[in-house]
Amino acid sequence: MLKRLKSMTGMTGEDGLPAQRLLTGWGRTAPTLATVSRPTTEADISRLMTASPERGLIARGLGRSYGDPAQNAGGSVLDMTGLNHVHHFDVENGLIGVEAGLSLQQLTSMVLPFGFFLPVSPGTQFVTVGGAIASDIHGKNHHVDGSFCNHVTAIDILTPTGERQTASPEQNAGLFWATAGGMGMTGIILRATLKLPRVETSRIVVDTDRTRDLDEVMHLQQSGDERYQYSVAWVDCMARGSSLGRSILMRGNHAMLQDLKSGERATALSTRPGPGVTAPPFVPPGLLRTSSVKLLNQAWYRKAPCQERDALHTIKQFFYPLDWIGEWNRFHGPLGFLQYQFVVPDTRHDIVRTIIEALADGGWPSSLAVLKRMGPARGPLSFAIPGWTLAVDIPAGIPDLNELLDHFDDLVADAGGRIYLAKDSRMRPELLPVMYPQLMSWRDTVAQIDPQRIMRSDLDRRLRLRAEG
Amino acid sequence: MKNSLGAVQSVLVLGGDSDIAFATLRELICARTRTIILAGRSPERLEARAADLRELGATSVEVTHFDGADTGSHEAFVDQVFSHNGDVDLVFVAFGTLGSQMEDELDRERTLTVIQSNYVGAVSVLIPIAAALKHQGHGTIVVMSTVAAERPRRSNYIYGSSKAGIDWFAQGLGDALKGSGVNVMIVRPGFVKSKMTSHMEDAPLAATPEEVAQAIVAGLRRNHEMVWVPGKIRWVMSVLRHLPRAIFRRLNL
Repeated sequence: MLKRLKSMTGMTGEDGLPAQRLLTGWGRTAPTLATVSRPTTEADISRLMTASPERGLIARGLGRSYGDPAQNAGGSVLDMTGLNHVHHFDVENGLIGVEAGLSLQQLTSMVLPFGFFLPVSPGTQFVTVGGAIASDIHGKNHHVDGSFCNHVTAIDILTPTGERQTASPEQNAGLFWATAGGMGMTGIILRATLKLPRVETSRIVVDTDRTRDLDEVMHLQQSGDERYQYSVAWVDCMARGSSLGRSILMRGNHAMLQDLKSGERATALSTRPGPGVTAPPFVPPGLLRTSSVKLLNQAWYRKAPCQERDALHTIKQFFYPLDWIGEWNRFHGPLGFLQYQFVVPDTRHDIVRTIIEALADGGWPSSLAVLKRMGPARGPLSFAIPGWTLAVDIPAGIPDLNELLDHFDDLVADAGGRIYLAKDSRMRPELLPVMYPQLMSWRDTVAQIDPQRIMRSDLDRRLRLRAEG
Repeated sequence: MKNSLGAVQSVLVLGGDSDIAFATLRELICARTRTIILAGRSPERLEARAADLRELGATSVEVTHFDGADTGSHEAFVDQVFSHNGDVDLVFVAFGTLGSQMEDELDRERTLTVIQSNYVGAVSVLIPIAAALKHQGHGTIVVMSTVAAERPRRSNYIYGSSKAGIDWFAQGLGDALKGSGVNVMIVRPGFVKSKMTSHMEDAPLAATPEEVAQAIVAGLRRNHEMVWVPGKIRWVMSVLRHLPRAIFRRLNL
């Protein structure tokens, strides 16, 4: 019975054989069918690459991109989670060599007992190292430590011509940076070597400020972020008028051993695994609507202390507040949702206000908005530029959302900002070269790496990432 | 590709001269559609439509010959379209003929022409289209049906039966394609004020092609399998469908 149910959902590739599966991103929108294989060795991947399927192939990690970068309609998709071994770990220097399908959760639980942590933590630990590189992800420490690929010292990649190449910022740098944030278009990342920072404990010393409005939170971030390694603001994008942009600003640093009570010092580096609960498989549409999201945002805002200093949070509390609910994306119902994330240069913080104002005044059910400051990034398609980034979740399927977000895109592009490709599921292809001025040179590099256009994804087709034709 | 909000980028219209199709394309161009293939019996007439669509912002509009009744040509036609144009996100099956009930029922040939175009022709082209979309792993098929497909009426049972046939075929096809990445959406408008019905008097709950277009776009956004225009005609038809036949007949609809 269970087997039948599983085959009905199309999720099994029994015996590791390729299976036809409908895939979506984390937003659960626009599903397409692909042949999914789950290789467990590099030889498997090599074989799949040389087979050069008619509609191309793409690597997929844990499917946490919101849109369609890890989908390939009618083509081939490699589920990389079977390659999750650690190859070497230099405890002296914090250098670790891992396979691309290893998740950040697996990596953290492995290195934390040795007193190491991730150089960059996104909002969830359920992403793979390969995915983190392909999206050049960022975390709450971007203003200090930059993007994920800044901490990658080398990658091994199987390029579409079937060559296994090693690339690093020093050697084969063109391939390295085209791959950083390159959305999988340069080949299949096999391994990566990461430089891990040392930590004394698995706790964060957190300062919390509840701010009345947007001006207050932006002022605090601008004036105080450099004192903290991590900084993030949760914005209530539905509050209007004098409360517009009211936020919870949480900033912190890794706790030292002496910050812990003496009784806790023995377990200073421990964490507890796994999500606490899982969302039910079916949630009706319209659960998260204007009224309910307003309440949700309100509750999130009210539950935070007005001001708190030196509170000890666990890594999970601080970095991954949503990871304790498995499959939380189901709460947006069968029509799914999207995340709108943009960045604008420092001088154009007015765009952040304009967009929050439009969301609040229009009563758009926007939950869990995150505001933070960013520093520069190096990949031609890396998302980050020095400035402000805002990320907002909005359910799909509501009328006129397409027009609203197109309007936001225009504002962002005009201001010299851009949309994050790992989150995008809807933008206009025309804006891509405007938002990413280095797109042309990236395309030239990729055309040399993949002359046959073997690497394909739905995102590539939708945004014409690899150019016309 | 269709985006997360149901906006498509490339569209193939069979029956490209239809008012409803044109109104729908206008809406689609406002969102994302840039590539359009208009297929129909009279490429000359389609050229005028194509020029309008380019004006509205479509960057690639192609006109090609297609005859719904010429079933022998359908496979080659679909092959040609899909091999030359890359992915097609949306196929709009908008061709058909209304016929004229009173004259057609006196003439076997004329009756069969309606059936041949609306039912046999549509089935004939839907089969290779479904296969092509399945191969590309994504796509939406929109099939124009009518409320007349719900229950045969004295005044238009020839047209109604042909549309009932394609409506049921499309429903089954939609179920068969479940899980393939391809969706089938059936559109059941009531009376639509268009050039097809210009010689007729307006019926109650009449809609304009623009209203049908808006309903189609909303249906695409919400992944609907069946769209009624106007929405409340669904409930009217639901009542009519359940009336005893003796009473229904006397309503003289």
